[in-house]
Amino acid sequence: MLRRFALSREAALLAALIALCLLIATRFSGFITPANLGRVFNDSAPLIILTLGQMIVIVTRCIDLSVAANLALCGMVAALLNVAFPGLPVIVIITAVVLLGGLLGAFNGILIWKVGIPPIVVTLGTLTIYRGIIFLISDGAWVNSHEMSAPFKALPRAVFLGLPVLSWCAIVCVAGFALMIARTPLGRSFFAVGGNPHAAVYTGINVGRTQFMAFTIAGALSGLTGYLWVSRYAVAYVDIAGGFELDVIAACVIGGISIAGGIGSVFGAVLGALFLGVIKNALPVVDISPFWQMAISGAAIIVAVILNSRSNRPKGRLILRTAGRKT
Amino acid sequence: MSDATQTGRSLPDRLTTRAQRIFRSWEALLIVVAIAIFIANAIASPYFLNAWNLSDATFNFTEKAMIAFAMALLIIAGEIDLSVAAIIALASTAMGYAAQFGVDTPGLMLIGLGTGVLCGAFNGALVTKLALPSIVVTIGTMSLFRGISFIVLGDGAYRGYPESFAWVGQGYIWWVFTVEMLIFALLAVVFGVLLHRTNFGRAVYAIGNNPTAALFSGIRVPRVKFILFVLTGLMSGLAAVCLTSRLGSTRPSIGVGLELEVVTMVVLGGINILGGSGTIPGGVIAAFVMGLVTFGLGLLNVPGIVMSIFIGALLIGVIALPRLFAMVRRR
Repeated sequence: MLRRFALSREAALLAALIALCLLIATRFSGFITPANLGRVFNDSAPLIILTLGQMIVIVTRCIDLSVAANLALCGMVAALLNVAFPGLPVIVIITAVVLLGGLLGAFNGILIWKVGIPPIVVTLGTLTIYRGIIFLISDGAWVNSHEMSAPFKALPRAVFLGLPVLSWCAIVCVAGFALMIARTPLGRSFFAVGGNPHAAVYTGINVGRTQFMAFTIAGALSGLTGYLWVSRYAVAYVDIAGGFELDVIAACVIGGISIAGGIGSVFGAVLGALFLGVIKNALPVVDISPFWQMAISGAAIIVAVILNSRSNRPKGRLILRTAGRKT
Repeated sequence: MSDATQTGRSLPDRLTTRAQRIFRSWEALLIVVAIAIFIANAIASPYFLNAWNLSDATFNFTEKAMIAFAMALLIIAGEIDLSVAAIIALASTAMGYAAQFGVDTPGLMLIGLGTGVLCGAFNGALVTKLALPSIVVTIGTMSLFRGISFIVLGDGAYRGYPESFAWVGQGYIWWVFTVEMLIFALLAVVFGVLLHRTNFGRAVYAIGNNPTAALFSGIRVPRVKFILFVLTGLMSGLAAVCLTSRLGSTRPSIGVGLELEVVTMVVLGGINILGGSGTIPGGVIAAFVMGLVTFGLGLLNVPGIVMSIFIGALLIGVIALPRLFAMVRRR
């Protein structure tokens, strides 16, 4: 088992991540202190949570481009709820936005399952619709820090057993996903659907329903992240997390999740998200202009997808050469 | 469950007249939508039926439609390019950089188009030579190309384009007809002929329907795909020339999110996102539909972000409604 891990994609990625951290440490030794690594993890927590949701969507051969818009809409709803009812307990707000996020995800899912529209089209459409709705409900105005109640803002920052609640949320999600994927029929059916949808149908799995569930779960996680994002940065406006869906997909690709479906792991997804998180946090401390970040993450995606395709190449003799792969 | 297996592409056993009728009704449906929007606009705003206003409205879609034509071919062939807006940013940055050294208008245009071709070739090489999925490759190059613009420009901007450069994006051929409209019309014809009247066009459909069968029937699949990526890059470069000329300045954030509007336009035009079917006339009508929607709503003082709700709903609605009707009819 150890040997199998040593040869796996995750091990290679882990090695790359450690090498990256050491490389940064040669320029700025404070980077690899536990306190700073904790901060980097905390910073990456929203990305980790969303990457987990996106992972199961991609594994079932779909893609969700609406996660960041979903996050922003749920974040705005959380902020507006808090402003309208300052006395409302935070747990009620969280429950509400998780449900709302799940509902928005389910809307994507139902269009894919029942109407049969390709996922990229559906989520491209809902991406713009959800962003537009934020503008409608907020009138384009910002919800600022002073309008939010203290408990609303305090929760993600509250320290529990040495780590902020934001980090704990990511850890709980990771643990939950690891359990779901390894131990529940639903978790296994994601991979069955992605690996071979036709075979999945014959084993009695409802492919559309499984994809619907993946979108609903991804949506609920976006809702949760929406609250965490808005309360942590203590501001909500139309464009929060703009373009974040691409970071999420990038993290998935770097984490070795095959865009063709059926391949991926929770550990890989977490490493992919951490990889981007480390780069984002390291650039300022090693005196590279933050304007380099976009190009670097773009290059990282391309390198990762090239490396992944090398390792996924089928072994043995190919009898029938396929001309091109489906996107 | 039949819709469970819809992820794969399939060809019907024979082309029935009913299939043809449905296919025809798509463009018909689009034309009806376009006319309905036109009438609604004319009723809703007194400023709509004005030749100059309508002429201005075309800027809403001409640049996007240039890319959409090439993207249509790419999507029919079963690939996609999400980096087109980033190519615009990079090409525009390259032109702005060159303009600092006093390069004149033809030189700038060549640089813009050349950058587009190079970016397209880079995408094409990654997809065809390394057999990578285009959606991931172009999400990567989307960050890479725009990232390079950000490295070069930071939070600055290039201005100082030569005066003659403005002609492409702001000039008029005759009366209310702009240079961009002429380019749009010419490209519509060129791409229409290329897709519907040449061997190359047939090859594009063949690849989209079944790449393996296309390969065995003697089509050089990787080469056709490579050419399509270069073509998409070239059109993005052309759109960059038009957009830069129209705005007269370059920022790294130029054209952010434009790729989504281009894909929306292509899908709205009835081109199957899974590849294999679609027409250029459909794309042309879709360009007008989107242009009319955004312009009409703009006249009614609807903010841009709310317009995007309409575009998103249009994208989903136009695809969902025929399917829903078919589902109801089956019952």
